[in-house]
Amino acid sequence: MDTFQDTVFKLKRYWADRGAIIQEPYDIEVGAGTMCPETFLRVLGPKPYRVAYVQPSRRPADGRYGENPNRLYKHQQLQVILKPSPNDVLEQYVGSLTAIGVDLSKHDLKFEEDNWEAPTLGAWGIGWQVMLDGLEITQFTYFQQCGGMDLDLVPAEITYGLERISAFLQGVDSVYDMEWAPGVKYSEVRLADELQGSVYNFEMANVERLWRLLGEHEAECKELQAGYEKYPDKHRYPVLPSYEHVLKCSHLFNLLDARGAISVTERVGVIKRVRDLAVGTAKIWADQQSDQPSEGAAA
Amino acid sequence: MSLDFLLEIGTEEIPHWMIPVALRDLRSAFTRLCREQMIGGWANELVEATPRRLVLGGAGFIERTPDLEQIVKGPPITAGDKAAEGFAKKQGADASALRKAGNYYELVKKVSGRATLDILAESLPAAILGIQWPKTMFWTGGKNGPRFIRPIRWIVALLGDRVIPIEIGGVRSGNITRGHRILGASSIPVTIATYESELRKNFVILAAHERRHKIEKEGAALGAKLDGDLVETLTYITEFPTAIKGDFDPAYLELPAEVLTTVMRHHQKYFSVEDGIGLAPNFVAVMNTAGDPEGLVKHGNERVLKARFNDARFFWNVDQARKLADRVEDLAKVTFQAKLGSYKEKTDRVVALVKELGGGADAQRAALLAKCDLTTEMVKEFTDLQGVVGGLYAKAQGEPEAVSRAIYEHYQPLSMEDSIPSTRDGQIVALADKLDTLRGCFNVGLIPSGSKDPFALRRAAQGMVKILVEAGLDYKLDSLAQGELYAFLLERVQHYFREVRGFKYDEVNAVLKVGVSTLKDVEDRLQHVARVRPTPNFEPLAASFKRINNILRQANFTGGALDKSLLEAGPESDLYEAYTKLPANGPLEDVAELRPAVDRFFDTVMVNAPDPKIRENRLSMLSDMLRKFSSIADFSEIVTSGDQKS
Repeated sequence: MDTFQDTVFKLKRYWADRGAIIQEPYDIEVGAGTMCPETFLRVLGPKPYRVAYVQPSRRPADGRYGENPNRLYKHQQLQVILKPSPNDVLEQYVGSLTAIGVDLSKHDLKFEEDNWEAPTLGAWGIGWQVMLDGLEITQFTYFQQCGGMDLDLVPAEITYGLERISAFLQGVDSVYDMEWAPGVKYSEVRLADELQGSVYNFEMANVERLWRLLGEHEAECKELQAGYEKYPDKHRYPVLPSYEHVLKCSHLFNLLDARGAISVTERVGVIKRVRDLAVGTAKIWADQQSDQPSEGAAA
Repeated sequence: MSLDFLLEIGTEEIPHWMIPVALRDLRSAFTRLCREQMIGGWANELVEATPRRLVLGGAGFIERTPDLEQIVKGPPITAGDKAAEGFAKKQGADASALRKAGNYYELVKKVSGRATLDILAESLPAAILGIQWPKTMFWTGGKNGPRFIRPIRWIVALLGDRVIPIEIGGVRSGNITRGHRILGASSIPVTIATYESELRKNFVILAAHERRHKIEKEGAALGAKLDGDLVETLTYITEFPTAIKGDFDPAYLELPAEVLTTVMRHHQKYFSVEDGIGLAPNFVAVMNTAGDPEGLVKHGNERVLKARFNDARFFWNVDQARKLADRVEDLAKVTFQAKLGSYKEKTDRVVALVKELGGGADAQRAALLAKCDLTTEMVKEFTDLQGVVGGLYAKAQGEPEAVSRAIYEHYQPLSMEDSIPSTRDGQIVALADKLDTLRGCFNVGLIPSGSKDPFALRRAAQGMVKILVEAGLDYKLDSLAQGELYAFLLERVQHYFREVRGFKYDEVNAVLKVGVSTLKDVEDRLQHVARVRPTPNFEPLAASFKRINNILRQANFTGGALDKSLLEAGPESDLYEAYTKLPANGPLEDVAELRPAVDRFFDTVMVNAPDPKIRENRLSMLSDMLRKFSSIADFSEIVTSGDQKS
């Protein structure tokens, strides 16, 4: 029986063998692997790209103090981006299930319609939730738009819910009971994180300070975005750091939301603030990509 | 020689609910193509689909279309040689080819026949890409690439034993199909004759009715409580459906059946199983594979269902910590609609409206609590159970039966087939809830137009109409709504009586034309008209009434007093006697009996008499008669056989 980490190793190996760069997790809080620059920014523009990475993904409102066997404040996604999507992308995906030990001749695999949309990112796509014996194990999406822009090369995004898949493979009812490494349970590695994260997110996060931080990161991001146009040497310009502040804002929004600090009327407005930042950065990033000194006639 | 035809568009998994409509679309595009291009009749139609393929097939195609002669009319001979040459040149012919026909030149053009294979190769891509999908995507070539519902991965296109060469998004047609994603081969050469049997060998049941039958037969054998919508979903989500039975811990049966059923049916696409008393601790799942010999699929599904039920139990327990009655204030934090404020404000309005509509204490209490379940964890998780959960919680928390039932049913009817709330309290709460939504939205300009109806106002209005009629509530329609909303409701009234109740459209028009008070009254009058309609005198009389209407209109008749002494003896006086004898608004059967008198009157009496006094008097009589019998319906709206040309 494979441990959690064995399954991760096998998936990474599988996609590395198919030309994907294996990235490490992004070092800023995100709600989903989609938000990492490796996806959000790389899908823009005409350059082909293949990447796979595990991304711890934080959804403060989903926290259950470590008491619910399936719901986590922070879960791990394995995110794969294939840009452009190869013609046999679904066959490759099905192959990855075999690679982690699912004998598909003995199981029931279905692709059920599930279109993905992230209003805060100005992004949407068409796709499925992949159901294995009634369990949703993967979200599969053909990106159509990102940062409010149509995509030149349609990427396939494959997002595996690692805890679910691993619990399925190990046949345990609670994610906390599965083996992360030989002899080490998931609970030993993560339970304290879930409990304390829930207490912080729901009970103790300082709402006033979070609002202030949100404002600060927003200001920093906007200032950076505003300076891009006049800056002469585009490729040096810190567009990527400006995106890190977008991610900070997005996470702070989620925290405030979990804390019950955002009224319904405010909600729409805050989502728009974050969306404007994300779309703004996506725009200048796309512009910066088309202005690389190595490719252009700048010299 | 007549040729067979086969087209299979191989795709990635298409959303089940779009498949039947798309297939009809493709079929009608193809039929049109056959007709316009005259490539043969389309016999033995094969029109089928699975999630991964849309298929058309048939017989009776000709190999080539015949050569045709086409006569093009040219300029008049008097226009001269220049004009003739110009015409010929434009038609790509020499002037010497023109011939004279009467006073004009004409050109006989030969249109050569073409190979059907070429015609199909040219027109199939547009027919395929012309399918109307609710939402499309691009997958290759960016924005300039083809758009379809999901990527097209292979195409089989055959005419006889030849491949019809087409290409869509880089995919070239051939004679190679693919089997079931897991159980079948991924490259299977076929001919038209072997196509279906090859698919079957590769675990694809092409015919939807066969898959449906397999699901129903196996499901029934396992005790599934079959439901048509779910059977249809599963038919188009599988290529090789097989049913299996799973179990769950009977301890979960403590949870309300509604919650368990929703989890099984809507979230997991399982059928529930019932024993004699109620839900049994089992479910039936339909796999897209041939079997589950080791029970792994069963085990996996049981595991998922257990986690779902655990969640539901957790939500139930958490929610009981605060009663619905304690949650009323929380509704201030739940937006109903940006311009219409919170659910608390809506609740206040609906309570007042229920009172205004004569609802008693129980109805008012139900209105107060009806939306509180929106703040519960259960409804946040299972949104389609709103109302139902409120009703269940109200019952568990000791609210009176009348209150909990009214809450439980207050979203009804959800469709035209759904029943209305079963109690008067529930009917009034449901009516008030829908009316408040409609009034609010119309007030702030959120009025449905065309296919745009984001707040489902048509459904709300339709529900109101259904409740008003079927509960026999005696509110006058114009006391509930005015202006645009009144007109909107009236449209729904027409729709309801025509589409749901099956009255003829002219009967509905005739009855509504003379005014609407309560909808019960409209229903009574419609039944009255429909009852008398088939009697022999009715339609001719309706035609006469129409004639009278026209006469009055043409004479610009605005009203006048009837002077009995001016009536001529004979048909005129007879008609007068006949209609004045009848009671106003009496049975229409009696009115229909007037027909002979009316006919005689028109046969022998000239309304347009030379003496203006006589003429006015005749018009007055006709108008009097018309008015007397027009409170049930305006008979001039009835379409009679004489109208059909117009």
